[in-house]
Order: sequence, then C-alpha cells, then structure tokens
Amino acid sequence: MNISVLKFDAVIVGAGGAGLRSAIQLSEAGLKTAVLSKVFPTRSHTVAAQGGVAAALGNSEEDNWRWHMYDTVKGSDWLGDQNAIEYMCKKAVEAVVDLEHYGMPFDRTDNGRIYQRPFGGHMSNFGEKPVRRSCAAADRTGHAMLHAMYQRNVKANTQFFVEWMALDLIRDSEGAVVGVSALEMETGNIAVFHARAVIFATGGAGRIFASSTNAFINTGDGLGMAARAGIPLEDMEFWQFHPTGVAGAGVLITEGVRGEGGILRNSDGERFMERYAPTAKDLASRDVVSRATATEIKEGRGCGPNKDYVLLDITHLPPATIMKRLPGIREISIQFASVDPIKAPIPVVPTCHYQMGGIPTNYTSRVVAPNGNGDEEVVSGFYAAGECACASVHGANRLGTNSLLDLLVFGKSAGDSAVADLKAEKAHRPLPADAEDMARSRIAALDGRKDGTSVYEARQAIARAMQDHAGVFRFADLLRQGVARILEVEQMARNLEIKDKSKVWNTARIEALETENLIEVAKATMISAEARKESRGAHVRDDAPDTPEFPNGRNDKDWLKHTLWFREGNRIEYKPVCMTPLTVETVALQTRSY
Amino acid sequence: MTTRTMQFSIYRYDPDKDERPRMQDISVEVDENDRKLLDALTRLKAKDETIAYRRSCREGVCGSDAMNINGRNGLACLIDLNSLKQPVVIRPLPGLPIIRDLIVDMTQFFKQYHSIKPYLINNDPLPERERLQSPEEREELDGLYECILCACCSTSCPSFWWNPDKFVGPAGLLAAYRFLADTRDQATRERLDDLEDPYRLFRCHTIMSCVDACPKGLNPTLAIGKIKEMMLQRYV
Repeated sequence: MNISVLKFDAVIVGAGGAGLRSAIQLSEAGLKTAVLSKVFPTRSHTVAAQGGVAAALGNSEEDNWRWHMYDTVKGSDWLGDQNAIEYMCKKAVEAVVDLEHYGMPFDRTDNGRIYQRPFGGHMSNFGEKPVRRSCAAADRTGHAMLHAMYQRNVKANTQFFVEWMALDLIRDSEGAVVGVSALEMETGNIAVFHARAVIFATGGAGRIFASSTNAFINTGDGLGMAARAGIPLEDMEFWQFHPTGVAGAGVLITEGVRGEGGILRNSDGERFMERYAPTAKDLASRDVVSRATATEIKEGRGCGPNKDYVLLDITHLPPATIMKRLPGIREISIQFASVDPIKAPIPVVPTCHYQMGGIPTNYTSRVVAPNGNGDEEVVSGFYAAGECACASVHGANRLGTNSLLDLLVFGKSAGDSAVADLKAEKAHRPLPADAEDMARSRIAALDGRKDGTSVYEARQAIARAMQDHAGVFRFADLLRQGVARILEVEQMARNLEIKDKSKVWNTARIEALETENLIEVAKATMISAEARKESRGAHVRDDAPDTPEFPNGRNDKDWLKHTLWFREGNRIEYKPVCMTPLTVETVALQTRSY
Repeated sequence: MTTRTMQFSIYRYDPDKDERPRMQDISVEVDENDRKLLDALTRLKAKDETIAYRRSCREGVCGSDAMNINGRNGLACLIDLNSLKQPVVIRPLPGLPIIRDLIVDMTQFFKQYHSIKPYLINNDPLPERERLQSPEEREELDGLYECILCACCSTSCPSFWWNPDKFVGPAGLLAAYRFLADTRDQATRERLDDLEDPYRLFRCHTIMSCVDACPKGLNPTLAIGKIKEMMLQRYV
C-alpha cells in the first residue's frame, strides 16, 4: 500500500462546531491548516442542535456570567472544574458576538438585539428563577451556527479534506503527538498528516446506545484514537439522556419547547414536574427531568397503549409562536411522530444525547494526562475541544445550550493555544518509523479476515449492552454484569469481517473502523460507571440512594473526583476536581435541588 | 410485531469491480417502526453491506442522504415508506458524476455554492456587541438560511444539468439572495455584478423543479426572481 505524507502546521480532525471554530483561529493566523472530516462540514452533528447557545447577554432581562457559572457548577453536580467553567461563562458573550459578526442569523428582539429564551437549569441570581439566556435562531440554532462558521472558513480559505476518516493518532517516542493517519473514502488511500499541532474535534459517541438522538456519524472516533494511543478518557460514566426524544424514533425535540412554555404530562394529564422540581418545574436540569419521566413511566403513568412514553404539550401556545419560534420542531413532530403539535401533544421519552466525559483537557484545550508522578502534564502537540473533550465544564450533567457554548469557547481556545505553541516551536518533530503501522494493520486485518462477526451484529451487540446495563437508572448488579458483557462484545468487535473489499467508498469498511472506536467508548463507559459507587448528576445507582448523610446519593467525601479510564488493562485512576475558579470565589458544595 | 416485504430496485456501480452500472432487485422485511426510506435502506445494508450511500443525522437537517426515489429527488430520511410505489426505484441524484452506487461527486455543486461568496461581507469596524437588526429585517432571511445543501434542487434543474460549470444553480442562487437580503451585508453591488451574466443567473428559466424538489419547502425560484428584481432596480 502506497502511503503519502502530507505536511501541515496544524491538522484538525472534525469539522463540526469545535473544529470549524478552531480552524478560523488557525487560518486567520496564517498557519497551514488541514481540516479532516468524515462528512462535508455542514453535515456534522452540530447542525442538529436546536434550542440555542448560552451567554449572559442580558438582552431581555438582567443577567450575569457569575449566575451562569453558578448554574453550570450546580448543573454539573459539582464535578465540573471551576476554573474551566469560569473561563467558559466569562467568554460566552464574546463567543456569541463573534458568531453574529460572522453573519449568523440570530432571531432578534424588538430593539434589534439577539433573541434569548429560557432553558433548563439556567437561572437568575444564583438559582432564584429561570432566566432568558439561550441565544437562538428559531429552533435551528446549530444549523445556523454551523453554516455561519463554515462560511467564515470559506472566506478564510481553510483547506478541507472532505470525506477523509482519521484512523489513528501518531505519537513519537517521547509521547508527543506529531500527526494522524487517515483514510480517503473515495479512493481507499491512506495518508499520514504530519503536523506540529493536532486538534481533535471529533464530537460524541451517542451511537453506543440503541436509543439515541445522535447522528450515525457520532461514533467516538477521536476517543477511540486517543485510547489506542494511550491517552486516558475522563468521566465516561456520565451520559446525558435528553428528556424529550421522539418516542420510537429518537429524534431530538429541543428543551427550547419547554423554554417557550411547553409542559410535560403523564397519563393523568398531570404536569408531573411540579412534584419533582417545584421551582424550575419543566425547566429543571436534564438529568432531573429524565429521571422524573422514567419514574412516571416505571410507576405506570406513561401514555399510549404500552404506557411507555409521556407527552410534551404545547397546544396551549399560540400557533403563531410555534410557527415562529419552533418551526423545525413542528416539522419533526409531523415527520417522526405523525403529530401536529399545534393540535396534539408530542410523545417523548428520555433518549441518549450527550457525552459529558471525553479526552481530558485543561481550559486552554490542551490535552492533559497523568505523568506517573501523581501529577498531570500537557501532551505536547495535542488539543481537543467540543463534545470529544472533557475540560471539564459539564461534570456529571450538562445544561442545555452549554454544549454549543463549549464548542465555541474551547474550539477558539484550542486554535489560540495551537497558534501560541506553534510560534514558540517552529520545527516539525520527525515522524516515528512506525507512523502508519497501526492504520495499515487495522485495514489489512479487515480485508483479510474470514469467519468474523458482521459489523451490523457487533454494533447491535454494543448498543443493546449499553442500553440494558447503563441507562437512565443504574443498578449495581446490572453494571457488574454489564462489564462482563461488554468485554465479551469486545471480542466480537475485535474480530470484524467485511464482505465488501472495494477500495472505492467502502462504507462497510468505514463502519467497521467506526465500530472499533465505539467499543472503546462503550468499555470506558461501562467500567467507569461500575466503579463509581455513588449517585451524581446523570449517574444514579440503586445502591447509592438519597439519605440524610448522602443527599441525592452523592458522596463528596469519597467521590468528588474525576475518573480516568485507560484502555490498557481497563485500568481506572482518579484525579481531583478543580474547585478553585480563576478569579472569583469557589461555588461551595450544596445539595442540588431545582 | 408485524412485518412486510418491500421490493426495491437500486442503482449499483462500483468502479473498482463493475464494468458498467446495473439495477439490483432486492427485497427486505420492514416492520412498523421502519417509518422512513432510510430505515429500509439500513435494513437493506444489513442484508447486503456493499450498498453504498451517504447518511448522517436521519432527521432531515444534514442533507447527506439526497437521492432520486421513484423519479423524484428527496431525502431518504424524510420519505415515508408507506408513500412509495413498489418496486421502489432508487438512483443517485441526476446530473452529477457517480462515484459509487448512490454516491455522487458533489464537487461541481459546492464549487457553484462557493462562487457566490457565501459569507457576510461587511467592512465596517466591528462593534463591541452584536450588530443591530430589526425582527422585520431578520425575517427577510427566513426561507433562505435554512438550506441544507443537499443538492436536491440543483440536480433536478435542467439548466444545471446542461451547464453545471456556468449556471450557479438554485441552491447557490438561494444562498446568494440570502446575503443580498441581509441588512448587515455591504457587498450588494459586487454580488449583483458577479451574477449579471448570461449563464450564472439568467440560465434560470423558472421551470420550478427546484421548488418541487426541496425537502425543506424552500423556494429558490422566488429568491432568483428577487435577485432579478434587484438587478432591474439598478437601472431604473
């Protein structure tokens, strides 16, 4: 196999929000930058984000980044790093204004400013009452944002390698990252991208679950690559189940629906969130609403013939509001639930949506890993941002609209950090002799293997195992069995056979390579979840119930720490949570309620 | 769960092994959870993994799975299975070079999109906060900015089939008008100059296939008409 080497200052893997945002920084700084993407940039999953991006602009009522910071720490159930959270919330206004300057078509208030709507967990005055903080373009915010950033990159002449799949990270003998290997889908050729900086912006891996709002492409490729290269994955037990996926179809219905006044109802027609979150009600944090919904269904108050969903009701809103603020949701409901929400409520269930954990980074988006001396240090040449990274701003539960903010702020800081580091360090470190070996051997194994497992079968096995053992509620015995089961499934995923041997646009090969990434994420999730013996945020176990000693089952004495999972030997380490913000006072530990 | 069998006829061509394209007749079992054509394609792919097509979001916002279905362009993820006459004939989008099976080479399509300078041009010093725009001014962008670049429109347009290198095509022109209509954009004159050409804009003969094909319900013909109006305005 002929392998070409392409030399760039920087390589960005992924062209969703985080990748495009960092590309703007690098291209505008005049660095020779390659952006690799499995799909044309505007097909990345950021495009599906709906409800908005958080920033304390205060356009409709008083707001303050300190309140936003408080809400984010509380939302994270205190597992978020407070330095990174301060950084993000403080930079939010600038991040959103940048987008407006790029041309993003935000909705507007009567005085011409960016329109803002309320969203779950975002409150004024340190948790007092919901505040309008989500900056929105109707219910198509991600689409408007992704296109605006792609357009800005067209202007900046960014060089894209579209429909290239990154295969593996290349590190030299000192552990520095010096490039990636990648597959050109159209030709089947492999190339090595030799770079002084590699930025991962590869998005999430929601496809490890059977029921997911995520796109088919969300297969955790960056996480798989990092894990194979010896980088640990942080806090992978924390997965967000969005309260309102369309029942059966999994397609997302934005929390913005509740922001505009939507109400969740059970089979009695009761607004059940009043019982679970008396202050915030339907706008409580996502983990809280998902658990409440799952409880209603479990206790027999679900709707429909099988009592297996609840109803999201906006029939009381004026049709004009729905048409103006939620047109995409109406389209989705009609398409995927056969319901016009102007006339009837939408059937919804909690659905896997977002990965809070990821590749460990600091708030400058540099990847960090333990150095063996009880401390951590930067992995030279390696950066990560967006859903694939764990800064950690979301901790144990992410607030709605903070994901788009995360990818903007940390996408930019990844770009800025790379620009600064590249100024200091001019020369490329040499590629190791075995730079492309791992990619080459993975492809050769797939081409040569007979009597293996089909990709379809392996994927079903992963998704089923995750769904059965690591869902909204977690059970100690199911988690233990889940670990054994996922390690069995791993044997299938390591033994994939493809019938299609074509070089040209071989989707079977691409899906097999993705499956090798999915399984790493699935193992990290199951093993980290089994190990964490408390309830916190999105991770709630039956053997860590709400008690006076441990309210909500959270045990700060033993578990106020981040998980680090290492692929080698499925080893787990822990590292402390940063409780010290950059300039303000610590948001002190409290019991979380809405 | 009740299942039923559906018949498909799918365009197949793999340049790595086929001398010429062929239609493959294939059937598949679907159940009541399979609502959309993409669900059936996923099942077909589980049966024959060599069938190649693009797909991602499966909810009609990413624009990956555009194809020609029973003679009409559409997104597989938005087409109701129940609405389809069998055998369902699936072909790649017409008018673009075929790479493999249902995957077309979209280079020409994106080249035309890029040619209209699809980005905001405004050379004023940047304000510290957002630029102001009234709700009415912002409303002018509705029906324009929602384009997902799936190419259903341009590849259903005879003018684009004949002159894909010279005619911008409905998707590119919709984008051009999106920036012309934006009160924040200052490049109106340059944009109109660029389009004032016998081919770039004026190959549109208002056949309106684009309107018919758009899975998002957008109206490129209307946008093209407005560009023409703006051009006329320059001379009165």
